[in-house]
Amino acid sequence: MTRVRLRYSKLGKVRFLSHRDVARVLERAVRRAGLPVAYSQGFSPRARLHFGLALSTGFESIAEYLDVDLVDGVGDWDVAELPESLSACLPDGLEVGAATTIPAGTPSLQDAVSWCTWQLDIPGVAPGVLAAAVERLGSADSIPLDLVRKGKQVREDLRPLLGDLVAERTAEGARLVADLGTKPRSVRPAEFYAALDPTGPLPDVADVRVLRRHQWINVDGTRREPVSLGPPSPHAQERAS
Amino acid sequence: MSAPMAAARSAVSSPPGSLWDRLEPLLSRVEKPARYIGGEDGAVRPDWSSDAPGGPVSWLFTYPDTYEIGLPNQGLQILAEIVAEHPHGVAERAYAPWVDLEAELRANGVPLFSVDGHRPAGAFDLIGFNLSAELTYTNLVNLIDLAGVPVRAAERRADHPLVCVGGHCTYNPEPVADFVDLVVLGDGEEVVSEITDVVLDWKAAGRPDRRSVLEALARVPGVYVPAAYEVSYDGPRIRAIEPRWPGVPEVVEKRTIADLGEWPYPQSQLVPLTEVVHDRLNVEVFRGCTRGCRFCQAGMITRPVRERPADQVRTMVREGLRRTGYDEVALTSLSTADFSGIAGVIGDLAGRQQDAGDLAGRSGSGAAGDAGDLCGPVSVSLPSLRVDAFGVGIAAELQQGRRSGLTFAPEAGTWRMRQVINKLITDDDLYGAVEAAYSQGWRRVKLYFLTGLPTETDQDTLGIAELARNCVEVGRPHLRSPGVTVSVGGFVPKPFTPFQWFGQNTVAELGRKIGLLRDEFRSVRGAQMKWHDPAATQVEGLLSRGDRRLGPVIESVWRRGGTFQEWSECFDLDLWAGAMAEHGLSMDDYVHRHRTEDEVLPWAHLSAGLHQDFLWQDWRDALAEVGLPDCRWTPCYDCGACTGYGIEHVVASATPPAGGSQGTGQGLAWDRGAVPVQLGVRGGS
Ligand code: SF4
Repeated sequence: MTRVRLRYSKLGKVRFLSHRDVARVLERAVRRAGLPVAYSQGFSPRARLHFGLALSTGFESIAEYLDVDLVDGVGDWDVAELPESLSACLPDGLEVGAATTIPAGTPSLQDAVSWCTWQLDIPGVAPGVLAAAVERLGSADSIPLDLVRKGKQVREDLRPLLGDLVAERTAEGARLVADLGTKPRSVRPAEFYAALDPTGPLPDVADVRVLRRHQWINVDGTRREPVSLGPPSPHAQERAS
Repeated sequence: MSAPMAAARSAVSSPPGSLWDRLEPLLSRVEKPARYIGGEDGAVRPDWSSDAPGGPVSWLFTYPDTYEIGLPNQGLQILAEIVAEHPHGVAERAYAPWVDLEAELRANGVPLFSVDGHRPAGAFDLIGFNLSAELTYTNLVNLIDLAGVPVRAAERRADHPLVCVGGHCTYNPEPVADFVDLVVLGDGEEVVSEITDVVLDWKAAGRPDRRSVLEALARVPGVYVPAAYEVSYDGPRIRAIEPRWPGVPEVVEKRTIADLGEWPYPQSQLVPLTEVVHDRLNVEVFRGCTRGCRFCQAGMITRPVRERPADQVRTMVREGLRRTGYDEVALTSLSTADFSGIAGVIGDLAGRQQDAGDLAGRSGSGAAGDAGDLCGPVSVSLPSLRVDAFGVGIAAELQQGRRSGLTFAPEAGTWRMRQVINKLITDDDLYGAVEAAYSQGWRRVKLYFLTGLPTETDQDTLGIAELARNCVEVGRPHLRSPGVTVSVGGFVPKPFTPFQWFGQNTVAELGRKIGLLRDEFRSVRGAQMKWHDPAATQVEGLLSRGDRRLGPVIESVWRRGGTFQEWSECFDLDLWAGAMAEHGLSMDDYVHRHRTEDEVLPWAHLSAGLHQDFLWQDWRDALAEVGLPDCRWTPCYDCGACTGYGIEHVVASATPPAGGSQGTGQGLAWDRGAVPVQLGVRGGS
């Protein structure tokens, strides 16, 4: 069995699909592309697709990942052609951009991804309004966040889960680019947005357009994307054999 | 083409613009926004270009309930494909926005929109609704209003869309007569193009007044224009229904396509991006049913039986699975085990599954790929299972994998009652089916029953619990705790059935019967009982056999916010009772009153092909507990469905599939001797 890791994007109208919807659409695409996908054993066999961190309904992304197990020795497929053949079976806005085989024993996406880079487009707000808030967050020692977790009110510190943070001016308003951690648990972009303490009014979070730019894994102490664009490293080849 | 001509053309045929930019911000604020984005695989990209002088004829096919319920509707998908193939037709689709989006739309002045191009509903030439359930009528009105169209047909101008309805409820469209411009009776495959042609000519003539196009449409066979008829009343009854416009037929006959094989639609079934009901490939194997269950409107109005050639079924399944990527296919019809080509189709599918299974065995992990053309494991379902061992055998062959539950519909608790309704299944047929199911690995059976049937006694009602108790016992040798779930619905008499004259049970009476059963079920270990709300049953009954005087009632309920009445959390009997009182109408007269043979029924000017005297005789036979065999394989008793239209059953095989002509394990073939039911032979003797 070979495990293939795919990177795909979710842009435009399909941003309104739920994570579950996207999973089903991808599963059908894998079948339609005629890939020899492996199935789980048991009474109701499921295609062996392993998804990464969920992307909320309404969010866009250019950095979603999926691992698929394919049966060896069945069918004709070439990993280099997977982006094209799968994209042909996907709706507008969902597109597979890169694919690579990964060695057995590679940690799952859920386990491996430790940071995400998020882009928040905030309409109708002057960049100046955000500048102070960004500065304050950047220099704070702790950022208390009041959250509801499992029906309970809890206070958490956002500080250790907030990485680089940049504000930019856009035609419609302002853009924030923020690195948010996923360990021990993911900070949601909406939670981060609520932690901003601007000097002026901010639009409702429902009006903020959110896009995931990157997901990061840690390989030998350096931050890498789960699918590197270049050929697999010799190191990886070694481990695969 | 010269430039001025191009300009002229674009002036008449430029498509209405997209509302997407106004809609998109609203979608971030509502539940399940995926149902509003369109983009389904298989959706026809609407082509608004046309060189017709008046531009193309645009249809907005609309289901008056949520996307999840409406998208799978095969009728609308078929019609949208056929219109898209018309050289001057363009089709898009719409569904009822849920209440949260509706509030946003109204607050922001955004109208009902198509999900394909997000175009405003009011910009289409025709809005074609499917009416499959009476409780959606207030949604119909709501959607017309949300489209920016006057809800009453009489108030519309030439530039408003024509509001058209089709589907099973339209055999009595009178309660919605005020709101619709035209009604289509029967199969839509042919008539949809004929309507398109009439509207095309009207547009080419510069879209003169509305009456002219409606008059032309009223002359199309199968099209009923309510405004062309006058109804007069005599107390609760109707005095007469008469044509008001010259040249319209006195009786509008339904349309019937003679050969389903000529209509292999939908050719590219829609694959939604988000979850819907019946989310699977659906292949219709035949249309019509002649088992003659007397409560079943679908069986009566879709006669005769027209089977799809078995080869075409195979092709549609194979191509459909490959194109859609679905891992489930349903072979649909009113009773799929009766399909005369069933053995071949099933052998074929089971063989392919076997191939996939072998491959799974070899690789040790299950696999897709070249396996018999199917991309991975596929499950096949028969939504309507026959109550006999043959039916279970078929299900067993098809469902190799998960065997959680099987559903049967004995419909009534005693053999006497089942003779009345002509569902000729013996208790032993049921036990045989249930035994077959448990012994072959199913863990739970689901049984559907009706209560409130004509002549029903408490003994018949309690028979439901008795059957359930025995089914649990039948399962004991096979399972430690065999599951039996019983669903009980209140019976609603429908137009064009032998029970159309029957006074429906009151809410109190249905409630009493359900109470009796609930008490009885306490002592049935292992069985669970669910029931349908008798109050909703009452309103279904009101609308099912109502007349035009219910128009204002529906409008009142809608104005007071009564939409989504199909949804138990939204249904509100008080709204309906209040509106009836407000308009001086009596629930008793409409719902609970027995009709007499000479009464003019609200649908007297419409015809499903069935002779009135056949229906009346069948009603008398029902009261006499006399059964009637299936005419597919026994002599025709001239109900009118074939004889009137010069068509006949199209079956691939002259012999019934195993199990007999009534589909019961006992077989009702004429030559089999002992048949435990007296057969009603028409014409006396
Ligand atoms: S006309 Fe005769 S054969 Fe046709 S459906 Fe009626 S009874 Fe059956």
